[in-house]
Amino acid sequence: MTRVRPASLPPAGLPGLERAWSRLVRVPGPDGDRTFHVLDSWHGRETEDERPTVTLLCVHGNPTWSYLWRRLLAAAPADWRVIAPDHLGMGFSERPDRARVLAERVDDLDRLTAALGVTGPVVTVAHDWGGIISMGWAHRHRDELAGLVLTNTAVHQPEHVPGPILIRLAHQKMVNRLTCRWTPTFVRATTALSRPALPRAVRSAFALPYRGVDARAAVAEFVADVPFAADHPSRPTLDEISGAMPRLDVPALLLWGPRDPVFGEVHLRDLLGRLPGADLHRYELASHLLAEDAPEYAAAVVDWVTDRVLTAAPTAGAPAPAGPVSTSAPDLAGVFDALDRRRADPSVAVVQLTDDPEQPRSISWAELAARVDRLAAGLRRAGVRDGDRVAMLVPPSIELTVALYAVWRAGGAVVVADKGLGLRGMGRALRGSRIDHLVADVAGLAAAGPMRVPGTRFAVRDLPTPVRRAVRVAHTFAELETADPATLPDRREVTDPDREAAVLFTSGATGPAKGVRYRHRQLGAQLALIRDGYRLTEDDRMVAAFAPFALYGPALGVPSAVPATDVTKPATLTAAALGDAAAAFGDRPATVVFASPAALRTVLATQSAVDSRQRQALASVRLLLSAGAPVPASTLHALRDLLPAAEAHTPYGMTESLPATDIDLAGIDRATEDRAALAGTDGSLDGVCVGRPLPGVEVAVAPLDPAGTPAADLVTDPDRVGELWIRARHIRDRYDGRWVVDHAAAAHPGWHRTGDVGRLDGDGRVWVQGRMVHVLTTPGGPVTPVGAEQRVQDAWAEGRLPGLDRWSPGSVAVVGVGPAGTQQVVVVVGTPGVRRSGVRADTETVDAVRALLADLPVPVAAVLRHPGLPVDVRHNSKIDRVAVAGWAARALAGG
Amino acid sequence: MRVLLTGASGMLGRATAAALIARGDAVTVLQRRPAGVPGADEVLGDVADASRVADAAAGADVVLHLAAKVDVVGPEPEYRRVNVDGTRAVLDACRAAGVGRLVFVSSPSVAHAGDPLMGVGAGPADPAAARGAYSRTKAEAERLALAADGPDLAVLAVRPHLVWGPGDTQLIGRIVQRARAGRLVLVGTGAALIDTTYVDNAADALVAAADAVAPDRVHGEALVVSNGEPRPVGEVLDRVCRAAGVPRPTRQVPLPVAAAAGTVAQTAWALLRRRDTPPLTRFLAEQLGTAHWFDQRRTREALRWQPRVSLDEGFDRLAAALRG
Repeated sequence: MTRVRPASLPPAGLPGLERAWSRLVRVPGPDGDRTFHVLDSWHGRETEDERPTVTLLCVHGNPTWSYLWRRLLAAAPADWRVIAPDHLGMGFSERPDRARVLAERVDDLDRLTAALGVTGPVVTVAHDWGGIISMGWAHRHRDELAGLVLTNTAVHQPEHVPGPILIRLAHQKMVNRLTCRWTPTFVRATTALSRPALPRAVRSAFALPYRGVDARAAVAEFVADVPFAADHPSRPTLDEISGAMPRLDVPALLLWGPRDPVFGEVHLRDLLGRLPGADLHRYELASHLLAEDAPEYAAAVVDWVTDRVLTAAPTAGAPAPAGPVSTSAPDLAGVFDALDRRRADPSVAVVQLTDDPEQPRSISWAELAARVDRLAAGLRRAGVRDGDRVAMLVPPSIELTVALYAVWRAGGAVVVADKGLGLRGMGRALRGSRIDHLVADVAGLAAAGPMRVPGTRFAVRDLPTPVRRAVRVAHTFAELETADPATLPDRREVTDPDREAAVLFTSGATGPAKGVRYRHRQLGAQLALIRDGYRLTEDDRMVAAFAPFALYGPALGVPSAVPATDVTKPATLTAAALGDAAAAFGDRPATVVFASPAALRTVLATQSAVDSRQRQALASVRLLLSAGAPVPASTLHALRDLLPAAEAHTPYGMTESLPATDIDLAGIDRATEDRAALAGTDGSLDGVCVGRPLPGVEVAVAPLDPAGTPAADLVTDPDRVGELWIRARHIRDRYDGRWVVDHAAAAHPGWHRTGDVGRLDGDGRVWVQGRMVHVLTTPGGPVTPVGAEQRVQDAWAEGRLPGLDRWSPGSVAVVGVGPAGTQQVVVVVGTPGVRRSGVRADTETVDAVRALLADLPVPVAAVLRHPGLPVDVRHNSKIDRVAVAGWAARALAGG
Repeated sequence: MRVLLTGASGMLGRATAAALIARGDAVTVLQRRPAGVPGADEVLGDVADASRVADAAAGADVVLHLAAKVDVVGPEPEYRRVNVDGTRAVLDACRAAGVGRLVFVSSPSVAHAGDPLMGVGAGPADPAAARGAYSRTKAEAERLALAADGPDLAVLAVRPHLVWGPGDTQLIGRIVQRARAGRLVLVGTGAALIDTTYVDNAADALVAAADAVAPDRVHGEALVVSNGEPRPVGEVLDRVCRAAGVPRPTRQVPLPVAAAAGTVAQTAWALLRRRDTPPLTRFLAEQLGTAHWFDQRRTREALRWQPRVSLDEGFDRLAAALRG
């Protein structure tokens, strides 16, 4: 038969593949000797006395070959052995005369490692259908096995879910022959899934061993051996191996590419169920060929094996050690403390303004407590279990408030991804969060389809039957709220400090949004910090126009009003809407306003439309809180007309740690004077003062070296510029499915690495100077953008920049152009309507800007005019400096 | 130190010779016409005449080879004779006279294929990709010079980028003349970021290179020299015009149009066998329309040199010279 072919060595010149790794290994077996082609980093060192510290056994899937693992061979330390065989019939291994089934492939691998003299400790690394083969090997080598790494694979087809459509198709005999054997469709399609597309030379390298119909025989047979049907001959082997996986009590790492059309979230969940202690990292943009789409996987595997297998360190991002955190932190608050205390109180707990200011909707404390309990009982009845995750697609409203507390009361955790991420970003975030259920309004349900959000669906309102069927609603709130609260678990149990309470999403300014996990412990610490830090009492009434805090009223025991605007679009909040909300508590107007910086700008711009009733209500506000981005002092001063009694505070923090520091308007004014005194002396210290750490919060700095790299050690000396780290009881537990990020942040356990760059000053104040990714690395040293931007802004606003008119806030970006270490400083100003021909600012403008920033380590190279600076998708007050830098580099390249 | 400097009639050669003399070095200059550098011994001759160069090099500690045919038109053999054959003659002369150290003054255009260069180091000279007869022959010559680097002769190639200053008839003179006639245009948006070098800084760098080149210090490599202050080309033109008190360019010509026009002009000039300079060449259009600025870290470390005159200071001096 022509399909038989001996093993051979791959040709020279395949990108990234060292010829020295390749060897042919003859292995005796029941049907005669077989020869494998193996990549082996230890090749040539067999006679040495030294044994490898650890062996990585890398098992490829179908239709790839050991070439897939070249980066891991290159990345592993010299004292590790990395072995990557080609399966028989595949790659450059011998082509036997018949098909091999799963059990035989496990035997093959077993005999091969024996022939190679593999001894422990061994970490298996596998992809695709190599996963189940590697697990088969693992079960037979429990003594040597030290860890498992799996990438985009499955070991079991979950019940009720059809197998991957592509594989099912390929099971059709004719389809199989046509796509897998007679034509290279399957072989080529596998490497076509990558985004960005793989280099042609790499695709050719993958296809090289599968040229010709006979060379592809095993590819077709491999597909046919995937046992979906219960009566498939390989099914018992599969069930045996997958069923025994929970007994493999070694560290496990799952590296996942969510864009895989073959293995999806359902397979990932199945694997996580079988390996409950596994670490997970999702490469959000990667597809099936994870090792190609996320080349950085190799470094991650090396880090993980070093940390979790060789040193047995605790899980990265584990809860902070309790000891060192400052004792001045307030006591934890429970999310139900206030609700329990006021459960008989008939006064208003939440009022929701509608388009008709005369017709606000409201709910009392008593009603809220009762509805939360009934809905929680209904959710339990409908299948919500302890620890389940419930996604929320409901805008801030009474319904969302009821749903949020009901999920907690039922023992679940909420997953919140706001609309600011965009439909695509939101869908990616929710699909990747292992969601069990979904709570949504009509708009949310409509969006859930295209976003492919999984889970049982609960509708906040009743729907006409055809609509209900179309959006696959399992239950409505009205149905759920018929349940008996007596069936609920104990309240203390569901709010146990270690229980997961929420997964919130970061802005994604530097890549896909990351899920941030909060346990009740952190939530309680956050509530206590807000309550005590701002002296909130049950006599306060707040306007909640800022998404995260819009929901905390019931937990803080403070009545809250939700303005009649979409809180997720902060810039739509008008002064009149704010006034209506402040007046919504009847004769006792609001005392506290939470609003985002973007909202405050709109409020200021619309203040002339406020009527006397609204104005009177706003006059009682004692505290204005605005978080998310710095607010210009001029805005806060101007707001005094509208909010004469309000003390303005702008806390600093991030999704992972909110709030961390605080500053009030007087503090901002003082900082402005300090900046003026600093001007002309050392531009590298300039930034935005965000005040002092709140009680119980510590801020430290990892100083930057001249190349812009942060030091390993944290310092609290004044005027050392570097990456800011925060320690507090309320900082995030860890990221969801981001082992690599957790690992990178774990250098200082208990601390949160903010990604912001800044400094502490001699008065203990924190200055933020930009994001780490936005630091310019010039030949004169690192330059941080924020202070420089602000100085240009101020000069522009005061008319001191000739050639530029029509200043608007937030329209200056300072970016670096050129390779790291030799970047040039470029100032980009937003001038709407400017044409491409006018991109270069006038020389008079350049003179003024250069003089303004003369204290930077290198002079400004260019000033460019941009027709509309791109802003971050979520915070429309933050400029996307990465995009601006790319634009500037193109403009300055000429042409 | 005894120095032979070839090509002292140009602005950079003259400034370098003056800087060496000012610090007490004994300088011999060699070029075809009298350069009139006060304090220098002058030898008149053709740089391609190896025996003439060897005579001049006798007793020198180091040779600074600047002599070259710098232009944008003319038949290639003329460039080759001066730039390639001249360099070969200098190398032969060094060997014949037993001179152990040579600084070959080159140009960043030897490694520029026309695409934008942003913050790169000195790439290898590539005659096949370099644009125009000057760059091609200089690339060939640089390769020749660096290939001669060895234990008996340490060779260092230094590539000053767009040298300008008071007294410059080439770059500055042409810009001013063009602007005064209202014929100065911007290629593209004028935003292409380019490095330039104030003449005193370039001269200092060559003096530093003469000190640095040695078998045990710096040799066998090429270093780009610039002010390290890249600016949009439009700003540079603006400032030259401002210094000269002539109107600034306002018209913009898209790069592809300018490049095509340059090709047409240089072809026409060649066909007409004209000896004067055409208004535009393809090389010039590309130089004015695409970024070329360089990573200066290696240069400054190797030469232990920093520019003393900032661009702003340089433009002030230029204005004083042009108006005084």
